[in-house]
Amino acid sequence: MTNEEIRKLEASIDQMMKLARSFGLDFYEMRFEICPADIIYTFGAYGMPTRFSHWSFGKAFHRMKMQYDFGLSRIYELVINSDPCYAFLLDGNTLIQNKLVSAHVLAHCDFFKNNARFAHTSRYMVESMAVSADRIRSYEIQYGKNAVEELLDAALAIQEHIDPSFVGRKRPREDVVPKEKKPDVKSPYQDLWDLDRSDRKEKPNQEEPVPQKIPARPEKDLVLFIMEHSKILTDWQRDVLSMIRDEMLYFWPQLETKIMNEGWATYWHLRIMRELDLTEEETIDFARMHAGVVLPSRTSINPYHVGLKMWEDIEKRWNNPTREERERWGRQPGKGREKMFEIREAESDISFLRNYLTKDLVEEMDLYLYQKVGNEWKIVEKDWEKVRDQLCAARVNGGFPVLLVQDGDYLRNGELYIKHEYEGVELDIKYVEKTLPYVHRLWGRPVHLETVLENRSVLFTYDGKKSHRKFL
Amino acid sequence: MTRPNFILSREDWSLHRKGYQDQQRHQEKVKEAIKKNLADLITEESLIMTDGRQIIKVPIRSLDEYRFRFNYNKQPHGGQGDGSSKPGDVLGRDGDPKQAPGQGEGAGDQPGVDYFEAEVSVEELENILFENLELPNLKQKTQDDITVPDVRFTDIRKKGLTGNIDKKRTIMETLKRNALAGQPGIHGIKPDDLRYKTWEEVRIPRSNAVVLAMMDTSGSMGSFEKYIARSFFFWMVRFLRTKYEHVDIQFIAHHTEAKIVTEEEFFTKGESGGTICSSAYQLALDLVHQRYHPDRYNVYPFHFSDGDNLTSDNEKCVRIIRELTSLCNIFGYGEVNQYNRSSTLMNAFKYIQDPKFKTILIREKSEVYKALTTFFARSEQLVS
Repeated sequence: MTNEEIRKLEASIDQMMKLARSFGLDFYEMRFEICPADIIYTFGAYGMPTRFSHWSFGKAFHRMKMQYDFGLSRIYELVINSDPCYAFLLDGNTLIQNKLVSAHVLAHCDFFKNNARFAHTSRYMVESMAVSADRIRSYEIQYGKNAVEELLDAALAIQEHIDPSFVGRKRPREDVVPKEKKPDVKSPYQDLWDLDRSDRKEKPNQEEPVPQKIPARPEKDLVLFIMEHSKILTDWQRDVLSMIRDEMLYFWPQLETKIMNEGWATYWHLRIMRELDLTEEETIDFARMHAGVVLPSRTSINPYHVGLKMWEDIEKRWNNPTREERERWGRQPGKGREKMFEIREAESDISFLRNYLTKDLVEEMDLYLYQKVGNEWKIVEKDWEKVRDQLCAARVNGGFPVLLVQDGDYLRNGELYIKHEYEGVELDIKYVEKTLPYVHRLWGRPVHLETVLENRSVLFTYDGKKSHRKFL
Repeated sequence: MTRPNFILSREDWSLHRKGYQDQQRHQEKVKEAIKKNLADLITEESLIMTDGRQIIKVPIRSLDEYRFRFNYNKQPHGGQGDGSSKPGDVLGRDGDPKQAPGQGEGAGDQPGVDYFEAEVSVEELENILFENLELPNLKQKTQDDITVPDVRFTDIRKKGLTGNIDKKRTIMETLKRNALAGQPGIHGIKPDDLRYKTWEEVRIPRSNAVVLAMMDTSGSMGSFEKYIARSFFFWMVRFLRTKYEHVDIQFIAHHTEAKIVTEEEFFTKGESGGTICSSAYQLALDLVHQRYHPDRYNVYPFHFSDGDNLTSDNEKCVRIIRELTSLCNIFGYGEVNQYNRSSTLMNAFKYIQDPKFKTILIREKSEVYKALTTFFARSEQLVS
């Protein structure tokens, strides 16, 4: 962008922010940064402008950059959920493209600030991640690059297995046995009395010793469980695990609100751009870019498109309720925007799809389910409820399998027993067998994973040398 | 309420190299992975089956980031049609369907997207594969105990002798300059475009060596057996060609009788009929006596067979091999024996106790690598 264009963009952003606020959008202070393509792609690959180094980010960067270089795809914008909110614009974009992107990110920022899922995420993650990156770098210097890389490989392999519901709430400490109330009496000989007491207490238990199970109840936060109970991790290794976990907790709400959030931003960039005085050329350029963003795909759900359609449908339906809706639910006409703001605050993708993806929308957008049949990928379902239900199901737990730690002292031998909560979709076996050694690297003792294959329970075990598989 | 404000800025990012540094690390790891998977890679069908000539690149999966994930092939996925889709429509075949262009923030690594391929050239594979291979027990032979002068073009410069103009590179420069000037095409070669080859003289110690590549082409050799033998010789020939300039290779194909064939025939022609291995060994022996006398040549006979030999011929085989082994640097016998049946030939060979005689049993594709590293291992000195 030329300096002149930047001045124009600046004036335009000022105008757009006023418009956005008049629409009721509510966002943090904004920091717009104009960056060259390779920087945008770095941020895209790392998910953050500042993050620790790992080859997997380099791989993502390479792929994204290559697709850009070949003109196959283009990241137009990157926005970071933080206060102030950082938005990165591509230097190579035209002025009008960057205007559209700026309008788009204003809505993202509004969403970050107001959606309930983000209520507990750290708004200082840019700084936190920079600090983490520094700390991991210092561990590299202290313990060697390979040691750190080996740990990161293992930690990243299980990073999705956390429990985001702990965020903002105190974690229930169910693994801690409630202590027996001590008598309030304090005397100089209390320790002696105590000895006597514990003696007496243990006697009745001796007949049937009840070993305390760890965890007391199955625990979803595998990363946290390993952090707290692994016998082989050193302090710096626990520190790295905790950083990885914090970063995943930060990204989690974004996984849960992809369709809503992208749809929201797309809805608002349209409304804001329509208010601007665009030249004919700019209008065409804008229309072309918008069309590219909402282009449907035969093999995936484009969140920009589906989200936009759903928001527009909600607005329309709540603006013009049917007679039945008026009589049965008491809906007043003209409440479209109000309803939208209510939804953007309270819902996430699963409930959004469940509640607002209607039969008409599924049919209008021609949504379907496809699956591998033989060696062909075939459309297998067009029934709107089944389509809706599967789209919801695919978003449970961010799209990751739910694993629960059952036992941290399996076979009374310090082994780790994890159970996959099977809900009809099998795990990728090759990946199970390749991931278990990573868990073993962190746990230090044999690790087991129970899952279901062909309707039979099966136990995968990695003992440090070999993988085994046995049907239960 | 104070109005939220904003800042629009453009900074200098030229020192921000993180993405490139981690990309570099990924590529290093891909190389390591190639090394580890060499045994599987070198028998890739795409490499071996096209006469070994046309192929320039092998696709290598980039490093997987393993995690617990669902089986992509066993669950339904959402998609969107143009309004006319119906159940039964086929979206794609085999492999994974292409994903929509990635837009938006975050590095979404959804299962199924991760099929990016890094490419490795055959040359790169060769470099890794041949790093630790050599012709074992290679000796300087009397008559050629001299060095051979050779000229090697090692550098390209802007100045030089007219006779040494590198035409291709010169034209490339012209093309580049014209393209930059906005008039693409080859016209107006400027002095500045000229590129010259420069050379250095090298003296290469020359030791004569001959490889006698023998392959059983009889009817009992099934497609798997032939494929294995072919894979082995494919890499052997490439290995010798890249590493040794003066190695003769004689290709001997046999069923009940043996004949010398061209390289192309050797790799492409299938035959049938019974098997008499001694015919090949005899032909090899004759060649050694007539053309490749061990006084002047390092001799390396290699034979690949399925071990299915005419029983009455085995004794003769052993006798000729003993004679051959006494004349050669090593004799390698590779038996492709998928089902581990006991073969008469291998049984007969058990009685040859000579450190220069090496046998290897190949049951699966990946063991071709083992054969290569066994036969061409860096030598313990055997020939005194």
